[in-house]
Amino acid sequence: MATVDIRAVTKAYGATPVIHGVDIDIRDGEFVVLVGPSGCGKSTLLRMIAGLENISGGEIRIGSRVVNDVPPKERDIAMVFQNYALYPHMTVGANMGFSLKLRNAPKAEIDGRVNRAAGILGLSHLLDRFPRQLSGGQRQRVAMGRAIVRDPQVFLFDEPLSNLDAKLRVQMRTEIKELHQRLKTTTVYVTHDQIEAMTMADKIVVMHDGVVEQIGAPLDLYDAPANQFVAGFIGSPSMNFIKGKVDATGAAAFVTPSGARLPLERLPEGAAGKDAVYGLRPEHIRISPDGVPVEIVVVEPTGSEILVIARLGEQEIACLFRERLSLKPGETIHIAPQAGVTHLFDGATGRRL
Amino acid sequence: MADIAAHRASPSPFRAWLSRVGQGRHLLGLLFLLPAAVFLLFFLTYPLGLGVWLGFTDTRIGREGVFIGLENYESLMGDSVFWLAVFNTLLYTIGASILKFALGLWLALLLNQNLPFKSFFRAIVLLPWVVPTVLSAIAFWWIFDAQFSVISWALIKLGLIDHNINFLGDTTNARASVIAANVWRGIPFVAISLLAGLQTIPQSLHEAATLDGATGWQRFRYITLPMLSPIIAVVMTFSVLFTFTDFQLIYVLTRGGPLNATHLMATLSFQRAIPGGQLGEGAAIAVAMIPFLLSAILFSYFGLQRRKWQQGGGD
Ligand SMILES: Nc1ncnc2c1ncn2[C@@H]1O[C@H](COP(=O)(O)OP(=O)(O)OP(=O)(O)O)[C@@H](O)[C@H]1O
Ligand SMILES: [Mg+2]
Repeated sequence: MATVDIRAVTKAYGATPVIHGVDIDIRDGEFVVLVGPSGCGKSTLLRMIAGLENISGGEIRIGSRVVNDVPPKERDIAMVFQNYALYPHMTVGANMGFSLKLRNAPKAEIDGRVNRAAGILGLSHLLDRFPRQLSGGQRQRVAMGRAIVRDPQVFLFDEPLSNLDAKLRVQMRTEIKELHQRLKTTTVYVTHDQIEAMTMADKIVVMHDGVVEQIGAPLDLYDAPANQFVAGFIGSPSMNFIKGKVDATGAAAFVTPSGARLPLERLPEGAAGKDAVYGLRPEHIRISPDGVPVEIVVVEPTGSEILVIARLGEQEIACLFRERLSLKPGETIHIAPQAGVTHLFDGATGRRL
Repeated sequence: MADIAAHRASPSPFRAWLSRVGQGRHLLGLLFLLPAAVFLLFFLTYPLGLGVWLGFTDTRIGREGVFIGLENYESLMGDSVFWLAVFNTLLYTIGASILKFALGLWLALLLNQNLPFKSFFRAIVLLPWVVPTVLSAIAFWWIFDAQFSVISWALIKLGLIDHNINFLGDTTNARASVIAANVWRGIPFVAISLLAGLQTIPQSLHEAATLDGATGWQRFRYITLPMLSPIIAVVMTFSVLFTFTDFQLIYVLTRGGPLNATHLMATLSFQRAIPGGQLGEGAAIAVAMIPFLLSAILFSYFGLQRRKWQQGGGD
């Protein structure tokens, strides 16, 4: 177990920079999730920690040791790949014990550790199978088994669940989290799925185009996103962004181009009269007779809740209601934000106001 | 309505037969194999059968032979030149194949690295294979010439030796020389095939092994080599078959000499049959190659069986 410190790390492939100065502190035993859209540099960063890519600039420390020039095999790191990268010509047991065999560990020790890991992951009856003879979920577990047999300083996961079906994904999510609570090994987990990030992480790092947009606990990111990108990325369905202006005359409010007035809890300094974006999560909208009128476009009931897409002037707003309402397209309803959960972003920079 | 129902209930016998064929995978497979089987029968078996038959006769050029049973084979048993040719062929095949495998694998591993001008080098490697054998054999003939050999010339200029090497005149040198020429010609096939095999090994396996603590040698030993083994089996079977039946190189370079030291079964068979006129005896020598070739094919058949780890579902 160890801390991982990433300091001003940059990466360029030839002349193309893909990571532009990233700083992340990872505490001992922490479960950190790197999340961001495809191509933002998550895998690249993870592979730099593993030593599979060299570091163009900055510094990565594992424990107290700067590892920029330490070859991967001496970093004491285990990685679970997206395609699992199991050795197809070795049995499950041999796959899991391979690293110990390379270290010339005695056979009894290898067997003991492989059996223990197989027990934890429910693989004991599969040790003599070859990877091809396993289901996707079992392969995923073997890949994790290969990692935990080594008892490394740090676990790295690169989208380990993206090849599984939705149900198995939820199940494995829980298993990985349980495993982490049991082993308490520092873990860096890459995903582009914000639900995975929210449910598993102690700390989320949101990346976008090679920079870190925000670092924080899942609920902090949900409650106080630093900018419009994080706000839109975290939470499902996505936050509504309504364009308009801040009107400071009288009770501070946000005015849409169509003239609707949405309440502001506070007037940020210097925001008066500015172009801005009003952020409102679908689940934070309620029906209220003194709210703004919107016209329903689509109604999508899911059983536990109803998703309503409604039109406010030219802009569409998604609303999520937990009550069983009988709503029809074309109807007009009046909606208002719940108190204390609205967000305001700078119209030009997207930063939180 | 009733008409249609009746029709459905009792399909025509032909339709029934067709659907049975369609469902029986073996029958259908045989059906598809038929054209190829007929083709093979006519164009491969006929000459083979003719050769085998000739081996049992005393046919000479210009004279119909009669069936003489195993007489040709009996005389070969006591023929020291024939046994020398068998020994030469085995030496040539085994020596050249081992060298081709070792050098070809090494070249494939080199070409699989991220070199600059990669595709240029890959094209260069193919050259020896693209050049017609007779042409390259003639080139080697010059390279191995007793007086004008470029190798002798270079070594003398370097001061390593003081007189020309007698490449093709000395028995040991001649054997080494023809093997060298065969290796030169055969390497591209081995190297390019193995390179194709290497490229099917996912990079992530090497990365996983690196993180597992494997050194370069261990990655080769535990990942590359086992995963390449099915391809190695195919490539080396072909290579052995080509080498065992080689004719052109020897015929141009040495014609089997000196003192029959480089006579292979193929060249001896030709020499006895055509210039020597003994078609029956030549055919018998050629037929004597069959058991060797068959055992090579059997060996590869078992070597080529899908490994246990290759069986089972896809990805
Ligand atoms: N070998 C390479 N050469 C050049 N550019 C590369 C190379 N590998 C990755 N990139 C670029 O670096 C950027 C980041 O890639 P990376 O694989 O880290 O993305 P990612 O965040 O993991 O995306 P995904 O979620 O799709 O896996 C991408 O724009 C990609 O095109
Ligand atoms: Mg990735």
